[in-house]
Order: sequence, then C-alpha cells, then structure tokens
Amino acid sequence: MSTVNPTPSKLIVTDRGQPYEMVAEDRDAILHAIAHYDDSRAASIDALKIVQRRHGWVPDGAISVIGKLLNIPGSDVEGVATFYNRIYRQPVGRHVIAVCDSISCFLMGSDQIYGQLQTKLSIKPGQTTKDGRFTLLPICCLGACDRGPVLMVNDNTHFNISVESLDQLLEQYK
Amino acid sequence: MSSNVNLGLTNVGPETHPLTWRYSQAGKAVLDLKTYESMEGYAALKKAVQMAPADVQKVVKDSNLRGRGGAGFPTGVKWSLIPMGPNAGPKYLVCNADEMEPGTFKDRMLMEELPHQLVEAMIVAGYAIQATRAYIFLRGEYTVAAERLNHAIHEAEAAGYVGNNILGSGWSMDLHVHTGAGRYICGEETALINSLEGRRANPRAKPPFPQIAGLWGKPTIVNNVESLNNIPAILVRGAEWFKGLSQGKSTDAGTKLYGISGKAKTTGLWELPIGTTCRELLYTHGGGMRDGLELMAWLPGGASTDFLMPEHLDLAMDYDTIMKAGSRMGTGLIAVVDNKQNMVSVVRNLEQFFARESCGWCTPCRDGLPWIVKVLQAIEDGKGQSGDIEFLQQMTRNLAPGKTFCAHAPGAVEPLQSAIKYFRPAFEQGIAPVASPQITGK
Repeated sequence: MSTVNPTPSKLIVTDRGQPYEMVAEDRDAILHAIAHYDDSRAASIDALKIVQRRHGWVPDGAISVIGKLLNIPGSDVEGVATFYNRIYRQPVGRHVIAVCDSISCFLMGSDQIYGQLQTKLSIKPGQTTKDGRFTLLPICCLGACDRGPVLMVNDNTHFNISVESLDQLLEQYK
Repeated sequence: MSSNVNLGLTNVGPETHPLTWRYSQAGKAVLDLKTYESMEGYAALKKAVQMAPADVQKVVKDSNLRGRGGAGFPTGVKWSLIPMGPNAGPKYLVCNADEMEPGTFKDRMLMEELPHQLVEAMIVAGYAIQATRAYIFLRGEYTVAAERLNHAIHEAEAAGYVGNNILGSGWSMDLHVHTGAGRYICGEETALINSLEGRRANPRAKPPFPQIAGLWGKPTIVNNVESLNNIPAILVRGAEWFKGLSQGKSTDAGTKLYGISGKAKTTGLWELPIGTTCRELLYTHGGGMRDGLELMAWLPGGASTDFLMPEHLDLAMDYDTIMKAGSRMGTGLIAVVDNKQNMVSVVRNLEQFFARESCGWCTPCRDGLPWIVKVLQAIEDGKGQSGDIEFLQQMTRNLAPGKTFCAHAPGAVEPLQSAIKYFRPAFEQGIAPVASPQITGK
C-alpha cells in the first residue's frame, strides 16, 4: 500500500538525470551516521533525512549519491525512500501539516479539523497550497490520544485542536 | 503540555509505583543524571554488574514480567532463549519505542519524562544478555523524547554507566537512539529489525526467531519501552516484591500503565496494579463519561483489539482475563466509544488505518483491507448491498492468523468482527433496501 493517496495538484517534479552536488556538511553527517551501525545500509533512513532537512524533500539526484555513500544500489535507497511516509519524494510546502486520523482523535472529532483545514487552505490531502506555504497530509496515531485531536506541523506536535483554534495555529507558521 | 499522570492517586512511591514514582514525586520530568541518581537512579545497574548475567536473567524470569507491548510474552523467558557464553559473538538489544498503536500514549510519557529510567533499564537488560550494542528504535515523530534520551545517554556515558568497560565489569556496550521515518508496521518485531537495517519494513518469516537470528542475522532481543522500564525496580526490590504488586487482582505480576482516551471526563495515564478493572479505571480515575454521554463500547488496548461492551467493565485488565472475554489487553490503554458515535463509521476509520498501514507483502492484507474499507464505506453511506455483512465476516476469516506472515491482518479484523458481533443492527441499517422488481412492458 502507498502511505498516502495524494491527488497530485501538478505534474510530479523530477530532476532525474540532473547531477546532484551533495554539500560537504551533509556528506559528513551521513558518514557519521554510518558509524552507529555494523552495516552502512542501516544509515539509509538517516541519510534520507539529512538530505530532506536541507531541501525539504529528497531530490532524485540525491538517491544515487546516497547509494554510493552507503555502498548499496540506488534502487534500494529509492525503495526505502518510497516506503516511509515521513520521507518526501516530491517537493512539499514550507510547512507540512500532518493530521492524526486514527481512532482516538477520530472519536474527538478529527474529521472536522481535517475538513476545515482543507477548506481554509483550498487543498486536498497530499496537496500543497499555491503559495507553497503548507502541505497537508494524514498521519497515524501520534501517541497523545488523551489530548486529541492532535496534529503535527513540521516537528512540532499540537494538542487539543479545535476548529476555532486553527487560525491562530496556522499564523505561527509563515 | 503533558499528559495527566496518576491524577488523584495518593502515596505514589517506589514500593508501589515502580514506573512512575519518580515523576510523581518530583512533580515534573526527571531529566538530569543528578536528580535521577538521588532517586535510586542507577542503583539497579550497580547491583546487576555484581551479579552473573544468568542470575540477572533469572530474577526477571522469576518476576513473571510479561511483555507490555501487547503480546504479553514473558520477558525473562525471551531473554533465556538467547545464546550465552564466550563464543556467542555479537548480540543486540533493541528497545521497541515505535509507539504507534492507535490509542496508546504510555511510552511517550515514560521516555519524555523519565529518559534515564529507560537508559538504565537498557544497560541492565544489555548486561543480562551480554549485548554488544543496543538501539532504541524511536519513532521519528517523538522529537522531544529523542532529545531527552540522547541527553541522558551522553550523561550516562560520561558517568561510565554505558560505553567501554561499564563500571569496571569488563563488559562493554554502546547505546544509540535510532529514529524512524513513519509506518505503523515498524512496531512489528521483525519489520522493526528490517527497518533498523535500512530496509523496507516488511516483516520476516518466523522461525528463525530474532533471539537466534535477528539484527544482521545475529541474536537479538526486542523489548517494549514499558517492559524495560520495570527492570531496574525488579533488580532493586526483587522478583517476589514485583509479583506482589498486583495485590491479588491478577495472576500476572507488577503494575501496568493504564490509560483512557475518548470522551471520558478525565483522560490520561494511571499506574495501577495489573488486573485492575476497567470500571475502576474509567469511573474512579477517569470520572466516567462526559455529561450527557454513555459508554457504548471500548477498545481494551489499541486499534487491533476486539471491542468490549459495558457488561465487560468488571473484568480484570490482564492478559488472560481479557483474552477469555474474546479480546486482548493489548497495550492496556482503553479508548471509550460513546453513544453519540456511529459504530459503522468508527469501524471504517479503524479499517482505513489498517489498510493504509499494511506493508503490502501479503496479498490478503494488501488487497483485503482496502476491500473491507470500500464495503464499510458503502454501508456507512446507506448503500450497502445484501450479503455485505456476510462478506465482511468472510473477510475476517480470510485475514485470520496463519493467512499472512505477521499479526497486522489478524489485528485489523479484531475490531471488525467484534463490532459485527455486538452491533449488527447498525450494519444492517446501512444495507439499502432491495428495489422490488420492476414490471415493465416489452
């Protein structure tokens, strides 16, 4: 199963065939990550995250560069990159909103939050706003079910979300 | 903003609340080594390294601690299956901190508020199995826990508690926090190992079990966060003390971190004797349902457990009792469904979750779950067809244990089969009436 079912708002962006220049700092960070494991392949998720931190997503060209650093085929890196829902293989907005849609938040009305966000931002799940500010995605249980509904913006978790509090929340992310 | 923890409980202390007493007594998170040490911190490790590893294993085995991740397998028995001795080669200890079972929020609290407790537990457990390396497999979304655990590990390293020649014992182990990048399936023991190796998180066929061939093909023990958090106290106070913690409420030992989510008056976490009834949890500690709402059904321990009903409230919340009632204790954090909810919508939400999170390895799971969602959606929209309920029941058998490699599909159909059992009329309401055959002319 795919992790999300995005309705692409535009053609999928690709830089396939373009050379990718990895900055030295990222390369060093990946080599440092490898040292934590008995096999370099284990650093593939770390490496993808390092690249994503720089660009907001993982460009095509980076896949083979990571493969070479870890001494594994680029296709294996791509297999990992497309499996995990927190790795983005398409450009995303400056801020990624991930709304918990699992049972406890659902019981607290997360559907209304999710619907309201789609209306406010004029996008569907998987899409990015025209101004490139927000991408909206669903996410599975965030482990704060006693304080639901819960959502994440980038790495920050927000608790006890209500439809009324959404404007104020979005204002924090320019 | 933190969870409510032990709200309303009095006399929370080390003798009665091994998991949470430090947090309750400090009144806040215990993040630094000094404070942790002033509260019996690292006493268990100092005691353990004076013992033979096999003796540490024995204490845990004798304590009858059962895995708190949901399966309830005895922790000490699991440890005893790992090869020991000088020729055992590299061995790994992995903490399953990929908490993603919907309705579960206990491991987050333990790691965010008491990071040193898990670090100490990992070192003691690592010593017991003589691990050479240990990993905390932490879900990537838990950024606060990652920061606090890393800080705790650095402090422990500086104090000589972890790293080379730990406390002069001649045994060395390093400890690393590995953060994931999503996907519920990573919580499955063998999928977690694949993910840690940098692969897609498909489960592996068992046997061989990880204790024999796990991470990089080497003997590996995978334990849940809450299971491990019990270890230091068991070492300090002993197996008999631990067994007594359940106060005769259960044949199981210890306390359990129970919790409530959904529309109860008070939600949060409570450390209570294992075997405490759901009625006590929900009504004494949670204050019951919110005004104007009644309890319709409850999930005893996550999305992958069968629904139970109000008539089951007086059952002891332990592995065997809940199993006998046709469900599983799972993680022990209940989700309460109130009478204003549409049961078909609730089940559709649950199955949507499982459909999306299937890793896609086994056909019944990959293709069956989206099919179930489609039929449930039709019933929810009042467009179900006659035979749909029987079809859903057939699917619960098609996705039963043994049809797929891991427990994802069997877990997914647990709430479905129990919802049909207890709420069949709600499903029947969504079946569109068959139009009477039209008599037309030629």
